[in-house]
Amino acid sequence: MNTSRRTFLGLVGGGALAAGLAACGSSGPKSTPGSTTGAAAGSGASYWFLTGQPQQGIREAQVKRFNDANSGSQLKTTEFQNDAFKQKIKTAIGAGQGPTLIWGWGGGGLKSYVEANQVEDLTDFFSQNAKLKDSIFPSAFGAATVNGKAYAMPVETVTPIVLFYDKRAFEKAGAEPPKSWGDIMDLVPKFNAKGIAPFSLGGQSRWTNMMWLEFLFDRIGGKEVFQNIYDGKANSWSDPSALKALDEMQKLIKANGFIKGFSSITADSNADQALLFTGKAAMMLHGAWTYGNMKSSGGDFVTGGHLGYMNFPPVDGGKGDPTDTVGNPGQYLSISSKASAADKETAKKFLANNTLDDASVEAWVKSGNIAVAKSSKDKLSAITDKNDSEWLNFVYDTSANAKNFAQSWDQALSPTQAETLLDNIAKLFQLSISPQQFASNMNAVIGQ
Amino acid sequence: MTATAPPVAPPAGRTASARAGSSAAGRSGPVAWMVLPALLLFVVFGVVPLVGVLVLSFTQWDGLGAIHAAGFSNWKSVLTDPQLPHSILVTFEVMILSWAVQTPVSLLLGTFLAGRQRYRAFLAVLYFIPLLLSSAAIAITYKALLDPNFGLGAGLHLGFLTQDWLGQSNLAIGVVIFIVSWQFVPFHSLIYQGGVRQIPATMYEAASIDGAGRVRQFFSITVPQLKYTIITSSTLMVVGSLTFFDLIFVLTAGGPGDATRVLALDMYKRGFMSNQMGPASVIAALIVLLGLALALLLRRLGGSTTASQQEGA
Repeated sequence: MNTSRRTFLGLVGGGALAAGLAACGSSGPKSTPGSTTGAAAGSGASYWFLTGQPQQGIREAQVKRFNDANSGSQLKTTEFQNDAFKQKIKTAIGAGQGPTLIWGWGGGGLKSYVEANQVEDLTDFFSQNAKLKDSIFPSAFGAATVNGKAYAMPVETVTPIVLFYDKRAFEKAGAEPPKSWGDIMDLVPKFNAKGIAPFSLGGQSRWTNMMWLEFLFDRIGGKEVFQNIYDGKANSWSDPSALKALDEMQKLIKANGFIKGFSSITADSNADQALLFTGKAAMMLHGAWTYGNMKSSGGDFVTGGHLGYMNFPPVDGGKGDPTDTVGNPGQYLSISSKASAADKETAKKFLANNTLDDASVEAWVKSGNIAVAKSSKDKLSAITDKNDSEWLNFVYDTSANAKNFAQSWDQALSPTQAETLLDNIAKLFQLSISPQQFASNMNAVIGQ
Repeated sequence: MTATAPPVAPPAGRTASARAGSSAAGRSGPVAWMVLPALLLFVVFGVVPLVGVLVLSFTQWDGLGAIHAAGFSNWKSVLTDPQLPHSILVTFEVMILSWAVQTPVSLLLGTFLAGRQRYRAFLAVLYFIPLLLSSAAIAITYKALLDPNFGLGAGLHLGFLTQDWLGQSNLAIGVVIFIVSWQFVPFHSLIYQGGVRQIPATMYEAASIDGAGRVRQFFSITVPQLKYTIITSSTLMVVGSLTFFDLIFVLTAGGPGDATRVLALDMYKRGFMSNQMGPASVIAALIVLLGLALALLLRRLGGSTTASQQEGA
């Protein structure tokens, strides 16, 4: 499984708790020799990260390169399964026992670390390493910045949300891929008449539904609508554009735009992807990280050229820029403010030399991802598989050309707001609350 | 799950304690220290966290930064939260319905298994298997089986099985109760099996001589004789159901919407997903209070006439 922040959230929200529970018992954290589990500040620089290929292998190689080159300051690693990590890191940081290098998703989670004075201000680090800063997609810095200061370095990969579709389904229905929201609404009855669900959706995971709202808010009201919410402006959820977006969303649900039973489908089992590649659904809005699984599990779906993809289409009369995208602008590494000066130096050296170096970027691209570095583009010509090459170019262009790359809401907002949001989104999709009720429920927690 | 329920003290009758009153004083000295290890564990892992939760419920804490005193604000906000009555309602719904499903089934199964034929021992092992599986594994398995597109119904082309089982409020509650019952009926059958085997065979012999059939024997001898077994088993079910978490969390995560959001799940979501440890601690305290009240109530129901439990007493 292609592990990403998204998958991770899915796991937390849904099924693979078992994996997490199992991790507590037998397959707990795995440390490199010489390090103790939960190495505290003062015992040498430490770095905790997630297991799951191909990311795990790339991270291990980065640390190995660092340790080989710096015999004096070694970096000790501890690997965690997704769920175990999210629990452990928060508790460890709260108890002052966190690692030197804190791996995370930026946004609201990072903000809570900053407010508790747990992470180091990296603004100076970036001004000293201007070249490094320039090599990274500028859009990735938004989620690393709190109150104008950078507290984390964007590392690893950029994964926008993409509208996937099955070319075979469109042939069968004699239809063209949608160019606007109106087209989408017109396609719904066409596919339903053919017995194909218009859209696949893993609604039980909740964040899957959220991706739809992220795009509709942007396309209808522009990036300011969510920015106001993010900034904590009162009543911003009841902005007229927001209400219109919520209303359009319910219209699509009422028109049977999603596969029957979507609220009991989870994304962590990849059942939503399976619906697309088995021909049961024609389209799917999902993260770029699903490409790898669709390629490996979908038979000839990807290799046979049946997978189509596009950025989310514009809404007629909407204010949003159609090049905008949403998703994960990157993963993030912060440095613990509780670490010793020497450990902080080690961590900074690792950030500067080994996270987005040439070897890392090449490894990310080879694994089917676009690294958050601009140099990813140079590596694309070396991809020989035609499908992979087209896909990676598309992801690169979407990310690099986006006027605004909004971070997923559940990560951008504080944990309190994010949980209320996911709850209310589930109810909105169940049609058990109206757009107005949704807005007032959300307005109640703005700024919390 | 049931294992986590507080141990239910045997219904100590007033008469029994009164009788023991005089001699107990002399014996308690040398015996009392043997309780120490258990008491120590109970204090460290039971009382200390309980007090911790109570303290946390009066503070504001996001799990990371400093802890601030918050007075009664958490209690006020949780007790006036419209989510709370819903969670309590769902908790009681699951509790009562799963009790109502499990009790008759385990009573009948237990009575059946108390027979002596060899095949029953084999069946008893088969029936017992669900209890050996972890709740998370059960939830994941059922989730896969109930999947409307790739599950059992779709695979075998059985229309009636192809429902949106976990996507519709009423169905989801039903599924939760079914799976909980499936998981715990074996345990309670075992209790009833033991209870039935305690009933003196002479009673049944006498009843047969009087011409009572099997059904009459069941209702006139087995059920009344099992009164305390029923109370014990019900207490375990009721108090245990307050802590239902893992199965529901994996199966529905409280959804669809908040249809299966029981109190324990509500606590988890507030504490570990919204980072609001204070309100989560209030819910935790409420669960403890509710559990205590229910356990005491059930003891009261069966605790007054303990004397006739034993043959000849």
